[in-house]
Amino acid sequence: MKANYGYKDGSGEYFITIDTDKCNCCEECVKVCPAGVLEMVPNDFDIEADDMPAVTEKERWKIKYTCAPCKPVDKESTPPCIEACKEDAIEHSW
Amino acid sequence: MEKKESEYWRWKEYNWKSPELNWEDFEIITAGVDIGSVSSQAVVMGDGELFAYSNMRTGSDSPESARNAMDWALKDTGMSLDKIRYVVGTGYGRVNVPFANKAITEIACHARGANWMYGPSVRTVLDMGGQDCKAIRCDERGKVTAFLMNDKCAAGTGRGMEVFADLLGVHIQDIGELSFEIDEEPPEVSSTCVVFAKAEASQLLREGWPKNKVIAAYCAAMAHRVFTLIERLGMEKEFAITGGIAKNVGVVKRIERELKIEALKTEKDTQIAGAVGGALFGKTLVEKGKG
Ligand code: SF4
Ligand code: SF4
Repeated sequence: MKANYGYKDGSGEYFITIDTDKCNCCEECVKVCPAGVLEMVPNDFDIEADDMPAVTEKERWKIKYTCAPCKPVDKESTPPCIEACKEDAIEHSW
Repeated sequence: MEKKESEYWRWKEYNWKSPELNWEDFEIITAGVDIGSVSSQAVVMGDGELFAYSNMRTGSDSPESARNAMDWALKDTGMSLDKIRYVVGTGYGRVNVPFANKAITEIACHARGANWMYGPSVRTVLDMGGQDCKAIRCDERGKVTAFLMNDKCAAGTGRGMEVFADLLGVHIQDIGELSFEIDEEPPEVSSTCVVFAKAEASQLLREGWPKNKVIAAYCAAMAHRVFTLIERLGMEKEFAITGGIAKNVGVVKRIERELKIEALKTEKDTQIAGAVGGALFGKTLVEKGKG
């Protein structure tokens, strides 16, 4: 399942996508995020599955701002959450 | 409940009970309670068949709204709450349903409910709720394969429509029809945020736009906004809409126009999709021995 959290506004599209089919629920992304954007939540889509990462309700509508420090303009560096994910399960739309 | 004529936004609360089914014939009775930011529904199902439900306005207190919705659904059924084997809470206030056995996100519940309501051919579901809007993709069993939730602001939602009805002094249930009583389709209002859309609408009225034209422009703006969400997630046939806005033809027809596809139609009440999904999950959990 591809879970997209975020929004679209006049300035662009800001979505964090988590591919739960790739994710192994290791929690690394949650641990490395400096701003508490991610959290582990019960997987309501598959009751047999472990907790999965998600963007917190509090942050969903402002990730453009919260994630900004992780996204320097030089574009060379990868944000910590994406860097930490060995399964390539996280994508950002911007 | 007292209803003042000036409350244009106010929609009628209601409950329903199956005229044929009797609760004593059921083996497994489950329920779903969907506490949204604007409306709350309680749905009672017996062996996966719709038995009774209610649809009410959400009060300031979620636990109380949940209790009221359930009491009203059960009224006249001759059945009491303790006969229900499993209750699933869903929606915005899902963790605040005091008698729920489990809380499940509304995305999962809406997909499951849409599958029940519109049949297994549904692949893309648009849930237009009171305060947010979700585009969901699912498989033939109603299991979610992708979703996109937009948490930015209340335009394109039930609450936005209520604010708008009040501003124009038009009853909320008439908005859809009125939006087509125009000579030609106006450009959509440019703001998608309720606060700004309201200011923009007032401005258009002052400029002498007829009410219906302003309504059309607002419906078009809502439609366009959700269209971009679905476009981002990717559209797969068949397409269905759940939630209160599914009852607003002014928005629905414009969404269909933009997507170039017709939404599936149903005789059932689109507002109960989330609670139905919850009740069906409850049944599955009981059958799997997790209840
Ligand atoms: S970009 Fe930075 S702030 Fe945003 S989720 Fe990733 S680690 Fe957290
Ligand atoms: S780091 Fe990747 S694999 Fe680990 S929980 Fe996060 S998304 Fe899943």
